[in-house]
Amino acid sequence: MTDVSVPSSLDGVEPVQSVRTPIRLEYTFTPGVAAQTYLREFANKKILGVVSPVDGAVLVPPRGADSRHGALCDEFIEMPHTGHVGSFCVTNVPIPGRDLDLPYISACIFLDGADIGFLNLVAECPPEECRIGMRVEAVWKPDEEIGMTAENILYWRPTGEPDIPFGAAGVRGWHVREEGEANA
Amino acid sequence: MRKVAVVAAASRQEEKMLDNEVEMMVPLITDVRTQTGLDQTDICFTCSGSSDFLAGQAFSFVMTLDAVGPVPPIAESHVEMDGAWALYETWVKFQMGVIDTALVYSYGKPSPGSLQDVLSTQLDPYYVAPLWPDAHSVAALQARLLLEQGAITPDELADCAVRTGTAENREDYFSQPLLSDPLREADCPTYADGGVALILASEEKADELCDRPAWITGIDHRIDAHHFGARDFTAVPSVRLAAQNAGVHDGPIDSTELHAAYTTHDLLLRKEMGLGIPDTPQRSYPIQADTLMASGLLRIAEAARSIWDGSANRVLAHATAGPILQQNLVCVLEGKEN
Repeated sequence: MTDVSVPSSLDGVEPVQSVRTPIRLEYTFTPGVAAQTYLREFANKKILGVVSPVDGAVLVPPRGADSRHGALCDEFIEMPHTGHVGSFCVTNVPIPGRDLDLPYISACIFLDGADIGFLNLVAECPPEECRIGMRVEAVWKPDEEIGMTAENILYWRPTGEPDIPFGAAGVRGWHVREEGEANA
Repeated sequence: MRKVAVVAAASRQEEKMLDNEVEMMVPLITDVRTQTGLDQTDICFTCSGSSDFLAGQAFSFVMTLDAVGPVPPIAESHVEMDGAWALYETWVKFQMGVIDTALVYSYGKPSPGSLQDVLSTQLDPYYVAPLWPDAHSVAALQARLLLEQGAITPDELADCAVRTGTAENREDYFSQPLLSDPLREADCPTYADGGVALILASEEKADELCDRPAWITGIDHRIDAHHFGARDFTAVPSVRLAAQNAGVHDGPIDSTELHAAYTTHDLLLRKEMGLGIPDTPQRSYPIQADTLMASGLLRIAEAARSIWDGSANRVLAHATAGPILQQNLVCVLEGKEN
């Protein structure tokens, strides 16, 4: 610190090391057409995807545009409540603000017929048994607690069906599509 | 200096938009690409301006790239400033000789939050922002100095409000109650959600893409001191210098597109840049619909439009950012090649 000249009354006082200037800003989020449509139906326990006008890819959840090409997507389709694990992570350390029993599994879930995945929890499955390609289904909150929120699905649990092959799991679906084959 | 032109523009403003940022920008970006016949893979560089404080979300501009489409990967940059500064960054990139075409866009959606509070957060975080002065009051501090000094008169404010469409006549103006004394409602901006997208092209490309490219013949931006106490509110040295460096005075100006959100700013900017009261109206006025982060770039779009439709040949476009005209960008657009 450079030498500064201060009034003698301030000689030897403890230096101020931090200043608190709290800022609080409130927002009423505008979800837009895509998220509104999705959340309305999600409150009826339906999962909607949108179809890309560029190549027919199915995008879940809808964000309004095919984010690869900047094209608006206005064709909605209803999706099944089953899919597979595209990739996953096992969390063993507590995260402030997250009230989950450790360890827990976060996974990219790919719904059947969808070309992109979304992040959600996988449970009713020991971490050592979770694997890429594992088939899962949605476990919804009780009907009376369902609303227009991403929290409607508590987690995804294994269905016990045979896995889909590693090479066909997850985001590899993109490349399958690019080669001209339909993604199952 | 390499010649660069604005060859396409699209914009939209509404007081409260129910589309999200991506849904708002896709049609605009699609429009300028269609106008020029370019697809994203033909565009050498993409640059945008926006503010996380409006979206209430960190790195919010990354999500808006959904509206551009970064597959295959694109060369992209972003400024947390009005899109006019994104255009400046892009212009520099043209001068480096590394690009021939570019997409520049910016947007702001103040309606989800309180813009008056958001604007307070741009002030000095230790001594000023904790007091939460609202933008109209800060503008009023400046207005009172200008009035009491005699630099502007109440009648001039009234005439400016009439000219910019916020009052029908002087009587209407003076019958309005004072909002932030000495400013009336007609002196202050109405905020709007909105966005604007432009395509820029080099001299090698522009004529292919546009019948009458709007050439950027001068551009400069300058900043005044941040701390209120260090500024003379009755002068804007930064805009004076930027105008000089942009070559504003090298020829006649047919029309002006000023980013003046307050009547006081319109008058002060004209005084500082030596501009008269215009015969022709601006194509749109920020005081009627001000979109933080987009109003400045929209001025450049409007200036280009007046060249494209032949209503002007040499137009001044101005953008500002920061409290009461702290940062200023001046751009001269011309129809004919010099």
